[in-house]
Amino acid sequence: MTTEAPAPETPPAPEKPPAKAKEESFLNLFLHNLWSANTVTVTILSIFLALVIGAVLIVISDPTVLSTFSYLTSRPSDALTASWDLVSQAYADLFKGAIFDPAAVRAWIDGSGDWKTALNPLSETLTYAAPLVFTGLSVAIAFRGGLFNIGGQGQAVIGTITAGVAGFAIALPAGLHLLVALAAGLIGGALWGFVPGLLKARTGAHEVITTIMLNYVATLFLGWLILQSGVQDPGRTDAVSKTIASSAVLPALPQPLRVHLGIVIAVLVTAAVAWMINRSSFGFELRAVGVNPPAAKTAGMSVGRTYILLMVVAGGLAGLGGAVQVLGTADRLTGQVAGNIGFDGLLVALLGRNKPWGTFFAAILYGALRAGGNLMQVDVGVSLELVTVLQALIVIFIAAPALVKTIFHLRNARSARLGTTMAKGW
Amino acid sequence: MRGITKRFGDLVANDHIDLTVEPGEVHALLGENGAGKSTLMNQLYGMLQPDEGEILVDGEKKIFRSPRDAISAGIGMVHQHFMLVPVFTVAENIALGAEEVRGGPLGWLDRRRSRRDVLETSRKYGLPVDPDALVENLSVGSQQRVEIVKALTREVDLLILDEPTAVLTPQETDELLAVMRSLAETGKSIVFITHKLREVKAIADRITVIRRGRTVGTASPDTSEDELAALMVGRDVSLEVTKTPADPGREVLKVSGLIVDDDRGIRAVDAVDLVVRSGEVLGIAGVQGNGQTELVEAIMGLRPLRAGKVELEDQNLVGRSTKQVLRAGVGYVPEDRSLDGVVKDFTVAENLVLDVYDRAPFGNGFAMNPKAIQESAREWVARFDIRTSSPQSTVGTLSGGNQQKVVVAREMSRPLKLLVASQPTRGVDVGSIEFIHQQIIHERDLGTAVLVVSSELDEVVGLADRIAVMYRGRILAIVSPDMPREEIGLLMAGITGPGQEAEDSE
Repeated sequence: MTTEAPAPETPPAPEKPPAKAKEESFLNLFLHNLWSANTVTVTILSIFLALVIGAVLIVISDPTVLSTFSYLTSRPSDALTASWDLVSQAYADLFKGAIFDPAAVRAWIDGSGDWKTALNPLSETLTYAAPLVFTGLSVAIAFRGGLFNIGGQGQAVIGTITAGVAGFAIALPAGLHLLVALAAGLIGGALWGFVPGLLKARTGAHEVITTIMLNYVATLFLGWLILQSGVQDPGRTDAVSKTIASSAVLPALPQPLRVHLGIVIAVLVTAAVAWMINRSSFGFELRAVGVNPPAAKTAGMSVGRTYILLMVVAGGLAGLGGAVQVLGTADRLTGQVAGNIGFDGLLVALLGRNKPWGTFFAAILYGALRAGGNLMQVDVGVSLELVTVLQALIVIFIAAPALVKTIFHLRNARSARLGTTMAKGW
Repeated sequence: MRGITKRFGDLVANDHIDLTVEPGEVHALLGENGAGKSTLMNQLYGMLQPDEGEILVDGEKKIFRSPRDAISAGIGMVHQHFMLVPVFTVAENIALGAEEVRGGPLGWLDRRRSRRDVLETSRKYGLPVDPDALVENLSVGSQQRVEIVKALTREVDLLILDEPTAVLTPQETDELLAVMRSLAETGKSIVFITHKLREVKAIADRITVIRRGRTVGTASPDTSEDELAALMVGRDVSLEVTKTPADPGREVLKVSGLIVDDDRGIRAVDAVDLVVRSGEVLGIAGVQGNGQTELVEAIMGLRPLRAGKVELEDQNLVGRSTKQVLRAGVGYVPEDRSLDGVVKDFTVAENLVLDVYDRAPFGNGFAMNPKAIQESAREWVARFDIRTSSPQSTVGTLSGGNQQKVVVAREMSRPLKLLVASQPTRGVDVGSIEFIHQQIIHERDLGTAVLVVSSELDEVVGLADRIAVMYRGRILAIVSPDMPREEIGLLMAGITGPGQEAEDSE
């Protein structure tokens, strides 16, 4: 009974309502979200700050607009109008390219355009986002277990290789073939994750070093493999593999929409990872090992086994991301088939604060920036690199929450620990 | 210090505290862990800045922005955790932060002068230190002396000692108290932070008791220990462990010829034989670092052993994983709570199942059962009076005592054959100490064999039915708790017979 006594006295009153056990989980969830409003605020403000700095860069990179600044003192309106026009148009394009273009939607409603054009921006966003969800989850789950998986890139590359080879080298009925190819990607990535996990558990080799090195091995292996007979497209002399059999390709919406089943798989896998982290015994172990390995060891958990298993899971996720990339978007292996999805996964996980659903939405945001950036480049001539700068700036601000808080005079010390989460892995 | 107030968020760590220290006085600052003693002294030493209130030195108002300011105003501090660089020599450590340099700001270190300074100070105050010894080779007691000499070379008038006796043997403690007395006689003032009543009574000229950030009383050393404890805790507490005589039964834990190395590969446990019977408490007394940690870790399967046997009721424990040892019916309260005992970012409920999360009813090898975990958490929070706003709060928000209650509750929540408790009340407030001691005795009365390791002699004497004194990896003797404290203290220092010291040098 004495336990109950101090509870109502505690100043933060919102704790009071969850008196009934049934409501507790929902209320706790709500309170938790309210409490972490700080995190959300910092994230939104980070994006805002990145856009502000991006605007400055857009202005500087345009010689015409920049020249109006030479007579800023005599006629400030010129410079300001020109800048405003440019920046607003660039960001409007970013939006139109990523979410929807009001003109296309209107045309669709009028009947003068078709639904495909209207949905194309969203389709592009989700196409870019799908592989990032997997690589982001790979980094995020490893991080929850205290491992810094820089090897998402290598694991994804191996995933593209195994899935791609399974996609064109074997003949199976449709559907089954797709499942086999996806599984091949998963297993390939898992094996590539298993190696650093084993090295870490047995010899203490730091996973940052081993995974970075394995990235090189994977990328160079891919470069060699696609030139080998049996893999290389017989009709081509350059480094391009055979095309994936149509029975192994992820089903997509009709052309020109590119979005494919990968994003649906991404949602399911995110849900599965969320369940695994929070509800499974293995999730309990990995979280305990992640924040306090000695206590986990003392409580009888095997830290080494957890590390190995965790790297297998993380590698499998990244491998699945590679598989989705090659089976959904690329349709054949090239040297650059995996693009940068492994490294982008690191940033996505950071932006999503290593939470499964946070990572999912961060991947969507990254996909949106990428899709919108394409239109921005075509339309206003702002370089696609600006998008990379924006992505980087967002992450920098997120990684330095104290900076964001100082700029906006946010008063709450509670989330001061946010920034340290990233450093913990080292 | 006048009206000092310090807040950390919602928590008021110091609430308008006044404190005056006279020259040549030993002033004891008494309070439980988390009462705000260290916070107060860190403000005096410039490591923290007070939110309100002022600090006066010799009647003059001062603002300390850093320890450097405090040192120049004549205030020195010896921290609970030593601030020494292990690979530096004593002289280098003492010079650190106030290096003597020749030839401008980028000049050479004047090692000879630092060395001379050390010797001078050491002679002046009768504190023998070897300036050329490496700090990592020194005993804890000598390291502390180095810290004191370091403070004294800065010519301080006021010396703050933060829990200085926590790591010392009873003999070293006596030496330290003598040093403090002689320093006070030369006119230095000393603030002595502690929660050990015996020492306070032995040395202090004046005692200020702090509870929950407030001064609750000033007492003279004549005040009885029970009164001081009551002041500290805010209610009457019993310092004695009340228990009935033990009723030892069958042999539960049998350790024979156990040899264990420490992390550096140096022999830590050297041929130890032990027997713990059901229904009795075997206490292991000894100064920290004499192999107790390694002994316990070897029993728990956390550390490989070189030789020897560990048996739990005829079941061999050697070579078993920690999980298997725990499953065999062993409960374990580790000595370093925050490192090994709890996961601070986990909730109270999660910590309560930290070693049974994959067993019914809390879960299996695949999934966990949050409902069962919640229900059990509610029950144990109530039964152990764990002060938390909810079982969903993270353990890191709890006080040390309540964190320890979580650990003890977890280990006692399943049927045990053997309970191994290392430093069960370290860093725990007096109120919780009383409770945890009762629980340990309760477990004993259920017929569990209990092995208690503690460097607090009072605790061992209070709890144990038999005491094994450990020194340099060996059990020197097994004695009764009725043996005079002084004799046990001598054994802890390795002195087995009159005037005879057991191989004191390495």
